[in-house]
Amino acid sequence: MTAIPHLQIKNLRAKIEDKEILKGLNLEIKGGEVHAIMGPNGTGKSTLASTLMGHPKYEVTEGEVLINGEDLLDMAVDERARAGLFLAMQYPSEVSGVTNSDFLRSAINARRGEGNEISLMKFIREMDKKMGTLEMDESFSHRYLNEGFSGGEKKRNEILQMMMLEPSICILDEIDSGLDIDALKVVANGVNEMRTADRGFLIITHYQRLLNYIKPDFVHVMMQGRIVKSGGPELAERLEAEGYDWIKEELGIEDETVNANV
Amino acid sequence: MSVDIQLRFDAEAITEFSRANQEPAWFLEKRLAGLKAAGELQLPVLEKTKIDKWNTQQFVPFQTSPQVASVQELDEVVQGQINLDNANNLLVQKNASTPFFAASDELKQQGVIFAPLHTALREHGDLVEKYFGQVVAYDEHKLTALHAAAVNGGVFLYVPKNVEMTVPVQAVFEVAGDDALVSPHVLIVAEAHSKVVYVDSFVSGEGSSMVANSIVEVFVGAGASVQVASVRSLSADVHDYSFRRATVDRDGSMEWILGEMNDGNTVANNTTILKGQASTAETKTISVGTGSQRQNLTSQVQHIGTHSESNMVSKAVMTGEAVSILNGITKIEKGAEKANGEQAENVLMLSDKARGDANPILLIDEDDVKAGHAASVGRFSEESIYYLMSRGISRQAAERLIILGFLDPVVAEIPIEEVQNRLRQALERKLG
Repeated sequence: MTAIPHLQIKNLRAKIEDKEILKGLNLEIKGGEVHAIMGPNGTGKSTLASTLMGHPKYEVTEGEVLINGEDLLDMAVDERARAGLFLAMQYPSEVSGVTNSDFLRSAINARRGEGNEISLMKFIREMDKKMGTLEMDESFSHRYLNEGFSGGEKKRNEILQMMMLEPSICILDEIDSGLDIDALKVVANGVNEMRTADRGFLIITHYQRLLNYIKPDFVHVMMQGRIVKSGGPELAERLEAEGYDWIKEELGIEDETVNANV
Repeated sequence: MSVDIQLRFDAEAITEFSRANQEPAWFLEKRLAGLKAAGELQLPVLEKTKIDKWNTQQFVPFQTSPQVASVQELDEVVQGQINLDNANNLLVQKNASTPFFAASDELKQQGVIFAPLHTALREHGDLVEKYFGQVVAYDEHKLTALHAAAVNGGVFLYVPKNVEMTVPVQAVFEVAGDDALVSPHVLIVAEAHSKVVYVDSFVSGEGSSMVANSIVEVFVGAGASVQVASVRSLSADVHDYSFRRATVDRDGSMEWILGEMNDGNTVANNTTILKGQASTAETKTISVGTGSQRQNLTSQVQHIGTHSESNMVSKAVMTGEAVSILNGITKIEKGAEKANGEQAENVLMLSDKARGDANPILLIDEDDVKAGHAASVGRFSEESIYYLMSRGISRQAAERLIILGFLDPVVAEIPIEEVQNRLRQALERKLG
């Protein structure tokens, strides 16, 4: 890809069943940038990730999302992925009977298209190398996709997929939850290896801890289903030290969750 | 009230076929007893499946065809099931003939008898008589009686004490032509501490109203281990009835791997009797229901020995308007202390018009046992489809991955590569 990746989210509103969760969210991510979205529970962070990927439970009611100038919301889930979007999920599915390596090879070939499939040798080489970076045992390639994986193993497996698929816009949804500090470092290492000018990141997290290892360029705070404050890395540090109350005070917010009547 | 339908063969035809094959007198007697019983006995009563309108007895049983000199001359559907470059331990039966048979010197040197049933009846009649019909009696119901009367081939596999077969033996059974019948009787005797692997495939050629009626009897000696894999891919023009049963002595183990890929109506009953202490049984079945076919598939284990253990897994994918009844029966007899029987039936529904019933049945007459079952009937997990699609895989490809993944844990266990490949092809064909 020659053009610099670009994700534009404009006034995005989305609901699940009859409940509106995203209430007019704006954000722009370019290649080379790492954005972090922080915020307390129930403010719509994971909904943003799922809505962008196209999870069938979420319905967009208003707004626009463009990926490299194209209408993302008009695409099916697999088309979004092939357009360069990747979501490392908080709770990835377990798929019995499908091995990790068969799955990954199908995914890579879906992107490359018929007649341009990756050679088996090259695939194995790449996979071995990336599993090495993530300190994953080689048995993982033959195990069924996420089946019986621990929480930490699932997270590593998400990052492995990201490294193998080389997307241009990466969303990491609470990749740090359930990871001990050593695993966190390994995962961060994998992400940092992928930070280049032709790739943008959106990192969703509760905790500043992750951002010690993946340094963001921009930090956003989400409340009531939209971004209420943005800043640089120093914003994350202040949140870690002081919590969210000062923002609520500053903005006159009493209930920060999406349940608030606004 | 029953309408009497004439059979299309009689005692005379049976006697003629028996003489032509130089069968011993006791075998002809069994046939004639079967013919008599067929007129008196009822069809088996099956859970949620009525078979009285199925073709159970309208066939011409003794259709023969010539032998071939090499595997290359076999029918194409048969060739697909075998390794053409290495057809060493192979029996091919077509209707009432055995067009091809080969047994390796290696097996003979080990003392293994692997022979067409007719040859074994001539050369090892006493040995066959000792086992034939001992676990599946000819007069259990009309279908076993018809089988006894019309049996038109089969396999005798005898493995002596302490002999471990180094290669699997294979049989391919073909039914072809209007009103044809393939009715093999497979008799496997594994003496103490032997090891046996047997694989068969059922295929069909052109023809209308064909019938397959087969019986498999397995005798697992003390400490012996037997693995039987069977893949059936008969066309919609065949109605298939199979009764497979094993009896297992102390410390013996029996493993069944079954691929029910027929397009036509199917009744299959697969039973293991765990007679001996610490004997074990493992039964894995996959099936795909397509079109308007009806299937009744029963897996059953009877625990008699103490510390006996069993595990049954059945997986079915349902499409079109097909109906499949999956019965899992774990029976633990009084005195089978410390027995442990587990079973699971899982049905994946791909069509609103199809029906898949999973019936786990536990019958337990002993207190000191463990037994469990898990049954599920469900559709695709939309969450899994979403996950696969989120990596760029199309919905269709994602569904295919999930279906094949659902069945693969059983497919991968088939011990002959060609049969495994054909099973995968049969899956692809059935799933369109």
